[in-house]
Amino acid sequence: MRRYLLRRLAVMPVLLLGVATVVFIVSRLTPADPLVSIIGERQLTNPEVVAAAKARWGLDSSIPVQYFKYMKNLLHGDLGTSFTTRRSVLSDLWDRLPATLELTFAALFIGVVFGVGLGVLAARKRNTIIDHIARFFALLGSSLPAFWAGLILLYVFYARLGILPGPGRLDPRSAEPGHITGFFTIDSLLHGDWSMFTAALKHLILPASVLGWGVVGIVSRLVRASLLDEFSMEYVRVARAMGLRERTVVNTHALRNALLPTITIVGFLFAFLITGAVLTEKIFSWPGLGSYAVDASRKLDFPAVIGVTILGGVAFLLTNLITDVLYALADPRIRLS
Amino acid sequence: MTAISLTQPQIEVPVARRRRLRWLHGPAIVGVVVITLWVLVALTLPLWTPFDPLEAVGKRLQGPSASHWMGTDALGRDVFTRALWGARTSLPVAAVVIVSAVVIGTIVGALAGFFGGWLDAALMRTVDITMAFPPILLAMAITAGLGPGIRNAMIAMVLVWWPIYARLLRAQVIAVRQREYVESAWAIGASRWLILRRYILPMSYTPVLVNSTMDFGQVVLLVAQLSFIGLGARPPSPEWGAMITEGATNFYQWWIAAAPGVAILLVVLAFNFVGDALRDSFDVKESTR
Repeated sequence: MRRYLLRRLAVMPVLLLGVATVVFIVSRLTPADPLVSIIGERQLTNPEVVAAAKARWGLDSSIPVQYFKYMKNLLHGDLGTSFTTRRSVLSDLWDRLPATLELTFAALFIGVVFGVGLGVLAARKRNTIIDHIARFFALLGSSLPAFWAGLILLYVFYARLGILPGPGRLDPRSAEPGHITGFFTIDSLLHGDWSMFTAALKHLILPASVLGWGVVGIVSRLVRASLLDEFSMEYVRVARAMGLRERTVVNTHALRNALLPTITIVGFLFAFLITGAVLTEKIFSWPGLGSYAVDASRKLDFPAVIGVTILGGVAFLLTNLITDVLYALADPRIRLS
Repeated sequence: MTAISLTQPQIEVPVARRRRLRWLHGPAIVGVVVITLWVLVALTLPLWTPFDPLEAVGKRLQGPSASHWMGTDALGRDVFTRALWGARTSLPVAAVVIVSAVVIGTIVGALAGFFGGWLDAALMRTVDITMAFPPILLAMAITAGLGPGIRNAMIAMVLVWWPIYARLLRAQVIAVRQREYVESAWAIGASRWLILRRYILPMSYTPVLVNSTMDFGQVVLLVAQLSFIGLGARPPSPEWGAMITEGATNFYQWWIAAAPGVAILLVVLAFNFVGDALRDSFDVKESTR
C-alpha cells in the first residue's frame, strides 16, 4: 500500500509537468496576435505600448525562453495577470473557488442521496414499472443539456411560479456575509444570520438540482447494478432464509457492499460536475470558476483560460489519486499494484 | 462488415451474426427509430420545409401557433424549422468528430499495445496527460486558442476525445496479442503488419465501437455547449446551442430555447438507449468520460 502510494505520488510531478506543458502549447496555438487581446487594436500602432506589453508578458523572447519563463512563474504560483480583470489570475481563482465548491458539494449531496435511493428502489422492484420509471428518470439526467435544463427550471420556478429565487448566490442588492469560508450557507450561519442562510439555501436549490440530476443518473445506475450483483450472493440468501425483513437485508447487508464500487466513480463524478458547473454557473450567474472560464474564453483572456485549465487538470489528477487510495482503504481485498 | 467476417475464424461467424442484432429490443428500438428519423430529417429537410431557417417569416417573438408550431424568434424566424435545421449541423459535426477520434485512437492504441516498450510508454503518457483535463475545459481552451468557430471547435473536440479510444483499444490489443491463434500466425512467419491488421485488430475493435456509439450523444451535447458559450457555431446559423443562447436572451419567450433543447434531448437520449443496449449485449465496460 505504502509503496503504491509512493509510486503514484512520484508520477504526479511528471503528470503535472505534462499538464502545464499541454496548456502552454494550447496557449501558443492562437494564430491571432495575443497582443490584440491585451492592448486592443487601436493601441497596436503605438510602439511604446506594444514594447511595454511585450516585455510585460514575455512575448519578446523566443518560444523556449517563454516556456521556461512560464514554468518558472508557475512554480512560484504566478499564473499571470488577467487581461480583463487586471488582477492576478491566482487571486481571481481563489476568490471564485468557494462559490464553485459550494455548488458542487450541494449537487454531489443531492445526486448521491437521490441516486442511492433511486438505485435501491430500482433494484428492489427489478423489472417492474417502478424500475423502468426510475431508470428513465436517471437516463434523462445524463441526457439533459444542463444549461438548457437550468433555463427551463428558472422559467418555471422563478418567472412563472415565483416560488424560487432567480440567478445569483443571494438576492440582488443584499450584501455578502462576512468572509469566513466563502460558503454563503455556512458563513451566514456562523454570523447567526438566519434570513441570509435561507436566502443562500434557496438560491442553491435550482442550480444544485440541475447539476445533481446528472449525478443521480450515474449513481443510481451503478447502485442498481451492484446491488443486483449482491442479491445473487449467498450471504444475502442466508440472510433472507433467516427470515430477516427485506429492508434489513438490503440496508444493513447488501447495500454496504454494493456502495463500494461507487467510490471508484468519484473521480468521474468530479469531472462530470466540473463540466456541468461550467455551463450551469453561466445560466445561473453563479460567480464561480465555471462562469470565469466561460467569460475568459469568450474574451480570449488567455492567462485566465490557462489558469482555470491548469487548476481543472490538477484538481482532476488529485481526485483520481484520492479515489484510488480511498477505494483501497475501503476494500481490503483490493491490492493496489 | 464483410472484411470482418472474412478474417474471423469461420466457426465464430454465426455467433457474431446472432449477437449483432441481439441488442435490438425495448428502448433500443425507440433509439434506432428516433436516430433514423433525425437522419432522414437532416437529409431531406430542404425539400419539404415551407420556411427558410435564416429568413424572417412572420412577426417577431410570436408564441406557438398553428402556422408556426414553436413560434418565432427575435428576428421573426420560424423556431421549429430552425430546430429541425440544427440536425444538419450537429449530426455531421458529431459524426466527423467521433470518426476522427476513433481513427486516431485506433492507430495510437494499436501501435502502443502491439509494439509496447518505449513507444507504448510515450503514447500512453500522452493519453494520461490529455485525459487529466476535464474535457470541456480543455476543449474551451483549445477553441479559444485557435479562434472561435465550428471548425476549430471540431478540432478541439477530436483532440479531447481520441485518448479514450486509444486506451480502450490498447488494452484489447494486449489481451488479444497473447491468444494462441496469434502465436501460430507468428509461427508460420506472418509479418507484423499482417498480424496486427488481420488477426488482432478485427478481434479488438468491439469496445471501441460500442463506446463510440454511446459517446455520439455526448459529443452532440459538447457541440451544443461550445456553441452556447459562443465558441462553436455562431448566430445566425441554426445550431442548437447557439439557438439556446438566443433563447436565454429572450428569457420570457420560452419557446425559443425549448425547441432546440428538446431536439438535443431527443438525439442524446436516443443514442444513450442504443449505447446502453449495445453495452449490455456485448458486455463492454463503460469508458470513464
